[in-house]
Amino acid sequence: MAAADTAAPMLLFTDIDEPGLATREVYERRGGYESLRRALAMSPEDVLAQLEASGLRGRGGAGFAMGKKVSFLPKGAMDKYLVCNADESEPGTFKDRELMQKSPHMLVEGIVIASYAAGATRSFIYIRGEYVLQADALDAALAEAREAGYVGDDILGSGHSLTLVVHRGAGAYICGEETGLLDSLEGKRGNPRLKPPFPANQGLYQGPTLINNVETLATVPAIIRMGGEEYAKLGVETSTGTKLVSVSGHVQRPGNYEIELGIPSREIVYGLAGGPPEGRGVKCWFPGGSSSPVLTADDLDLPYDFDTLAKAGSMLGSGAIIVVDDATPILDVAMKTAKFYRHESCGKCTPCREGTNWTVKMLERIDAGEATPMDLEIMASVQEHIIGNCLCVLGDAMAMPIGSMIAKFKDELEAHMERARLRRGSGDRIASDSALAAQGALANDPRTMLGATGAGDQAPGAHEGAPGTHRGGA
Amino acid sequence: MSPLGWDTAADLEKPPAEIPSPGEVDVPEGLRAEIEAHMANYPDRRSAALPALAAAQREHGWCSPQAIAQVAAVMRVTPAYLESVASFYDMLETEPVGRHSVYVCTNISCSLRGADALLADFQRAVDGDPEVNVRAFECLGACDIAPMASVDGVYVGPLSSQDIPALLDDVRAGRAVLPERQLARRLVADPHANSTEFPQHPAQGAAHGGANLELPTEDPATARGRREPR
Ligand SMILES: Cc1cc2nc3c(=O)[nH]c(=O)nc-3n(C[C@H](O)[C@H](O)[C@H](O)COP(=O)(O)O)c2cc1C
Ligand code: SF4
Ligand code: FES
Repeated sequence: MAAADTAAPMLLFTDIDEPGLATREVYERRGGYESLRRALAMSPEDVLAQLEASGLRGRGGAGFAMGKKVSFLPKGAMDKYLVCNADESEPGTFKDRELMQKSPHMLVEGIVIASYAAGATRSFIYIRGEYVLQADALDAALAEAREAGYVGDDILGSGHSLTLVVHRGAGAYICGEETGLLDSLEGKRGNPRLKPPFPANQGLYQGPTLINNVETLATVPAIIRMGGEEYAKLGVETSTGTKLVSVSGHVQRPGNYEIELGIPSREIVYGLAGGPPEGRGVKCWFPGGSSSPVLTADDLDLPYDFDTLAKAGSMLGSGAIIVVDDATPILDVAMKTAKFYRHESCGKCTPCREGTNWTVKMLERIDAGEATPMDLEIMASVQEHIIGNCLCVLGDAMAMPIGSMIAKFKDELEAHMERARLRRGSGDRIASDSALAAQGALANDPRTMLGATGAGDQAPGAHEGAPGTHRGGA
Repeated sequence: MSPLGWDTAADLEKPPAEIPSPGEVDVPEGLRAEIEAHMANYPDRRSAALPALAAAQREHGWCSPQAIAQVAAVMRVTPAYLESVASFYDMLETEPVGRHSVYVCTNISCSLRGADALLADFQRAVDGDPEVNVRAFECLGACDIAPMASVDGVYVGPLSSQDIPALLDDVRAGRAVLPERQLARRLVADPHANSTEFPQHPAQGAAHGGANLELPTEDPATARGRREPR
């Protein structure tokens, strides 16, 4: 069991702010690229065995065992690819950013080791286009790594060769989904593909492809350094190692933290991030990005690991904790969430394209006082019809959190509906709130997060556009 | 939709444009070299579509028909193919926009800290200035400095409406925007990460380099009252 002390062993964030860490000189002075030398002295099978022994699970969202994924690639001489998923667009997630910007060589080293284990000779880092600073840091590190012979032909005399290119995206959440990413990397619209075939068999340019998240690959050098079995002693049985968590929203110290998996969630939300400001409590929190079903304050003592959160009906996802305080109406949270997925749906599957749109419309109806109590049930059933019926899980990624909000905050949503109805009923124009408050209807109206600013949402460019066109205005 | 843009329903009467022949389209030398360098990075030249369109957008300000034709001529693909790509991605502009871009994040974590009001104030502040393109954006991956914006690709935050005039002055003067508020200078929040004190920027909070939580102080009734009628 993980120690209760929040001072986790640091594997990825050790002295991350040391000036010059992004340069090869400082990185090597701290022992950088020694894991690569060690790995290249082993056989690829032995490197793979270390990865499997580590128990490392993917850090990008799905939590699939990394070693196992490597082992799925067909053996034999053929063009194999390794793609690093640096799209990092899951709302609330910003951990890969910190790693790439401050310690880009760690990622490069991890990619070269993983490519050796997988037998891949071509690799790409697909980084979201908005991360200019981070992509520049990677390009600079890559130039140094090539010069030093860590990337290129016959790496350090091992016979293993690898090309590595930093590919900049252009703004689309769906390009984080692995097959959407592959299409985007092939120069197309980023529409997800039907699976199977899985990328391990038919991925980039139809070749066998290993896709892993930045943090997953950046952990590889530490595993080779410590040995897979030592690494597996960190964390808990089915969630080994350390994890970067991004904490944001209503906390006093938002930011990235490296934790040992399995510590109580409360220690992250309150101990590290400081919890909500004085006088406020936690209404709900997303444990793994905006795609994860929300949990409540009662769940804060759950150990933060893959299986516990799954058992609690949510997921660890990308490790992004978004905290919502008790002064925020749940309807506003649901609206933001639903609008995001509506905007980002690629439009290929009907349940996702239409379901995200209908969910937003129904939420707007509730807020406008035009809904009937039946609408909540209809909305819940829309979510059920999305789940499991789409090509990729973007549809589910909206349906699950929205479904959880309807289930857990039904009373509040009904009260919101009733207040909005009363407000509307008191005249065609919105009646003065003080008048309504006098009637008691608004007695407990919570401060709204969109409140002063509904205008933002109406403004051109904000979440506008027909569903399924991906971008506004079309 | 601006009448100048092209991302509108297809005109079925129009004959489809073919791959422009190299002699037909003048391509600036620098742009041609950049696109060719990107194409050399991939086994299939079409993979260069995104970086090539981004380069053409830097040259022309947006993915104008001329920009698309130039990319098509160098990449040897049809303009329609590139239009299908450009219309999918948020960062590729299908209509003319201001030279400067301000992407204000209005996703969940930023909204919880007042991003929607920030966006509205930004839009008011640039009203009538065609040079500055202010738009809402989905999570930019910097929720630790919420509410935040990406200004010509540079992340700044946390921002309040009071910062807008200074920020816009910096943008218009071509200076670094709010240098002390740039993400590049922020230390990691984890207090256990750094074993020694590394130089800390004055703008950062004592122990954590964090944004101190300031929530809108408006009382609920006023907030409701200002909401857009529907
Ligand atoms: C809509 C959607 C968006 C995703 N976005 C990302 C992302 O930004 N970064 C990422 O690493 N994985 C993302 N994923 C997960 C990837 O599909 C894939 O599981 C992951 O890159 C595998 O790497 P891992 O095994 O190392 O976690 C996303 C999945 C979906 C369905
Ligand atoms: S689920 Fe949504 S985003 Fe995924 S492929 Fe279908 S329409 Fe596209
Ligand atoms: S929500 Fe604004 S940067 Fe993530």
